[in-house]
Amino acid sequence: MMDWLALKVWSPYVVGIGIGLLSCVTFLLSDKPIGCSTAFSRTSGMIERLFRGGRVAEKAYYKKFAPEIDWEWMLVAGVIVGAFLSASLSGAFHWEWVPSKWAASFGDFPFTRWWVALIGGMCMGIGARWAGGCTSGHGISGTLQLALSSWLAVTCFFIGGVGTAMLIFKVF
Amino acid sequence: MLRAIHAQKGVQLGIGFAAGIFFGFLLQKGGVTTYDVIIGQLLLTDFTVVKIMLTATATGMVGVHFLRSLGLAELHPKPGSLGSTALGGLIFGVGFGILGYCPGTVAGAVGQGSLDALFGGVVGILLGAGIFSELFPKLNEIILNKGHFGEITWPQLLKVNHWAIVFPVGIGVICLLYLLEKAGL
Repeated sequence: MMDWLALKVWSPYVVGIGIGLLSCVTFLLSDKPIGCSTAFSRTSGMIERLFRGGRVAEKAYYKKFAPEIDWEWMLVAGVIVGAFLSASLSGAFHWEWVPSKWAASFGDFPFTRWWVALIGGMCMGIGARWAGGCTSGHGISGTLQLALSSWLAVTCFFIGGVGTAMLIFKVF
Repeated sequence: MLRAIHAQKGVQLGIGFAAGIFFGFLLQKGGVTTYDVIIGQLLLTDFTVVKIMLTATATGMVGVHFLRSLGLAELHPKPGSLGSTALGGLIFGVGFGILGYCPGTVAGAVGQGSLDALFGGVVGILLGAGIFSELFPKLNEIILNKGHFGEITWPQLLKVNHWAIVFPVGIGVICLLYLLEKAGL
């Protein structure tokens, strides 16, 4: 058992079945699909509240998604802990500024990678809330419910993602 | 439906956290908390992300619809429209291609020590979510509701029993995964 937990990589099918079963558990015990992007909205609202005070709660968007800690926020916090546990058990945990595939094409200067990641993150934060979900909420939880919106969303995620990655790596 | 458990707020936060730990553990073991693997998928050279997503979807689809048949689960399909889902999805995709993580895997990447995920990805997504909350009233007026089709699911659209979709989709996923393996991807 410990040997298995200490493996660096599991089969994608084992991982996929695990995530599928986990989805069933969250539907059963919490009446909630797994999703990650609203936690970022709520956190953003909590940070904004530090600077602008209570009137942040009056913003139309935060009336839909109140800036507070909820189930999904705890899920995202748990993801950090779970990934840390997994990486620690396999000895894969290490501080890293520049991923190797990025370094191979664009050099290992941390500032460049940080700046690009920041821009990409901003785009993703806007897009996730614009589309009403991310690769978890739409991509896995929505598609498994056979929701039309989620099948459309995941198709657009990959059209945008493949197109952009190809442009960045093949053109620049 | 286990409504008594659903109603307990503190317990629910604990379950959310525990589910997150399992989710993060699985994502890290799957390798998808790593930039190289996600970008490999978007460059169509490494199909790990698609294999995990398709397997999770197929497994969860059968399981959740089974729970629903037993009266133990309810579906929560998200509403959709061309203006929000398609356009937002494309914007998300551009971010996906630039960042090389998504909102779930970026959290997992932080857990394994990726600093570009923490200071670039997480900070960027928070800024983006903040910008969206600022733009929301205007966007809601002009574009988000264009081509609205609501919370509809495939079985509702095609007016058939959900199992009539679950089975073909499940078999389709298995065939697709078989073809991917056969093609050596």
